[in-house]
Amino acid sequence: MLKELKPAFVVFGLLTVLTGAAYPALITGIAQTAFQDQANGSLIVQDGKTRGSRLIGQAFSDPGHFWGRPSATAPMPFNAASSGASNQGPLNPALEESVNNRIEALKASDPTQTAAIPVDLVTASGSGLDPHISVAAARWQAPRIARHRHLPEEQVRELIASHTEGRQLGVLGEPRVNVLELNLALDKLAATR
Amino acid sequence: MTGNGYLQIGLYLAVLFACAWPLGRYMARVYQGDIPLPVRWLRPLERGIYRLAGVRGDDSMSWTRYALAVLIFNLIGFLAVYALQRLQDVLPFNPDGMMATTADLAFNTAASFASNTNWQSYGGESTMSYLTQMLGLGVQNFLSAATGMAVLVALARGFMQRETAALGNFWVDLVRSTLYVLLPLSILLSTALVSQGVVQTFNAHATAHLVEQLDFEQPKLGDDGQPLKDAQGLPIVEKATTGEQRIAVGPAASQIAIKQLGTNGGGFFGVNSAHPFENPTPLANFLEVLAIFLIPAALCITFGIYVGDRRQGLTILSAMTLIFVAMLAVCVWAEQSGNPLFERLGLDTQASELQAGGNMEGKETRFGVVNSALWATVTTAASNGSVNAMHDSFTPLGGLVPMWMMQLGEVVFGGVGSGLYGMIIFALVAVFVAGLMIGRTPEYLGKKIEAFEVKMAAVAILVPPLVVLLGTAIAVTADAGRAGIANPGAHGFSEILYALSSAGNNNGSAFGGLSANTPFYNTLLGFAMLFSRFWLIVPVLAIAGSLAAKKSIRPGAGTLPTHGPLFVMLLIGTVVVVGALTFLPALALGPIVEHLQMIGAR
Repeated sequence: MLKELKPAFVVFGLLTVLTGAAYPALITGIAQTAFQDQANGSLIVQDGKTRGSRLIGQAFSDPGHFWGRPSATAPMPFNAASSGASNQGPLNPALEESVNNRIEALKASDPTQTAAIPVDLVTASGSGLDPHISVAAARWQAPRIARHRHLPEEQVRELIASHTEGRQLGVLGEPRVNVLELNLALDKLAATR
Repeated sequence: MTGNGYLQIGLYLAVLFACAWPLGRYMARVYQGDIPLPVRWLRPLERGIYRLAGVRGDDSMSWTRYALAVLIFNLIGFLAVYALQRLQDVLPFNPDGMMATTADLAFNTAASFASNTNWQSYGGESTMSYLTQMLGLGVQNFLSAATGMAVLVALARGFMQRETAALGNFWVDLVRSTLYVLLPLSILLSTALVSQGVVQTFNAHATAHLVEQLDFEQPKLGDDGQPLKDAQGLPIVEKATTGEQRIAVGPAASQIAIKQLGTNGGGFFGVNSAHPFENPTPLANFLEVLAIFLIPAALCITFGIYVGDRRQGLTILSAMTLIFVAMLAVCVWAEQSGNPLFERLGLDTQASELQAGGNMEGKETRFGVVNSALWATVTTAASNGSVNAMHDSFTPLGGLVPMWMMQLGEVVFGGVGSGLYGMIIFALVAVFVAGLMIGRTPEYLGKKIEAFEVKMAAVAILVPPLVVLLGTAIAVTADAGRAGIANPGAHGFSEILYALSSAGNNNGSAFGGLSANTPFYNTLLGFAMLFSRFWLIVPVLAIAGSLAAKKSIRPGAGTLPTHGPLFVMLLIGTVVVVGALTFLPALALGPIVEHLQMIGAR
């Protein structure tokens, strides 16, 4: 028993230094040298002000902005200091109530839009920070945006198209639109008109 | 499922096997002491560790000594993680000022990371300091994985040795697993992940100025910092407005690489690999989910080379793959079919090139349904337990798949090392059952399987179900257990069954609605994780010791071949029958009755 104690402590100590200090320090060095933007959170800086991260969603409720996925983080939605999901089961009455409320809000935002609402626009994301919506969810909102921004709907659809990320390498993942980047582009368009 | 879904899954399997083959050969050389050229420059480091520790590489251990070394080493790791959490408020690398954790949470987390489970009762970005994450959790990610690999190598030696007590040296197996396998792969993977957007910094959180001001409600706190409650006991809320978003960052990439490769699964952030900083793009997702199966699959190849018959490894790999593919098909189908509620409410749930459709509650847009279901099946087939979508919000059958994959005993790929040694235990039971049917003494890889081995195999196979079912029974009968349930009805029972299945098989994923950060669950699940891990390792090493002491016999006319399609089917049959018989009654009370309610409601 005692014979194994010394190797146990020494091996533990040395491997702790190696995997717990040297390894993360090495990776941080590589990351901060080669991929500085990504390693620090892919932040969007405009006029010296940090507007957000390309990877982290923000809450939008203004009808002149595209709305993102519902977020279940607490106490406010899109709380990037404490990620979280609804964890509501498929038969939970609270899920039906939440989805119903979101449907009502979307219909109230654009009574003329009669197409079926894409499911991702009324279901909470896994992280509560999902920066994307599906292409279908962005297109569903196009008429509302066009009206509130006094833009031709065609131009809004073009803006969506130019902000659509396809499947990565043509195969992986799902086509999607980054809501924050889309809204910043929309605001910029309004400012330059 | 769309054509692209088949393509993504097919690509996943193709790349997995293409990588597992060379890695398996590489690891076989590492464990035989023939260190491959690209990492040979690390030999002085390896020798230096042995010199300082007073380890002699040729000092081969008996199974009892090997087991003792495993236990002492893991006890030290357990104590270190406990101490780091309790002292993190006064230790450095804590820029966001995290408090020390409670005693029960520290116990649970220490048990969780020492046992390669990585069940998380806490949210990483709001609980753990950078120091705890790196020096405690990150280190255990490496060492608990290396422990599993070492035990597997000792078992493989048990088959190869003849009439000796020697199973090799635990310290050598441990150091080589870490130095030549886990570290190089982690460096490659974490660099690739950073390029995709995974954060890696020692800075404190970033602050962003929101595009839209945000009004919200938050619980009103009293002078003591506790939430105030009104006369009915409901929390009092107050209105608040913010124009800022506090964005948690940290040294995440280095930890995420090893949590995937070492089948650990403990995330840097609370929602694990659903978090955009932990899993930012579909390519990052592909690499992370590939990393889960990579070493478990490659070890099958290593094992075949090690015992001198590659067909033996391929047979086990085939059995694992067939069970996996069948369960994956069920999960993808269930999630893509979605929740009838959404159709009743008139939503568009059709999968197309414009949207993923299906059941999107708890899923991320960039992953959609196919990648979420793929991850859920992979992470529970292997004992990884990381998630990129919330299993609690899966459809009943979609959630049954990950639950049952864990209940099969984490032998379908399973944990690094532990999955394969678990599957070899099932192979022993399979040859024993076949031996009874054909009336011959059962043999496996040239060793007679006798009463002692079968008894130990029975212990190894029965401990996890016992822990799971007994633990579930305790939790559903205790008030403190039922208090944690988040979803009403059968789903609430599923949450508890899932938690115990996860802890009792060292997986670590959760139906996350369950409020598990309570003294009751932290203690119950902590003991479940420790029992299942170490009450498996000890009997496995006992079998290895017993086999090593035996003569090796040549296969004769009456020997059942343990390779080829017949044995693949026999092995699958053994795993599935044991798993189904043990858990069907419990599953019927949870996901199965919930599924019937769901289709009934249509």
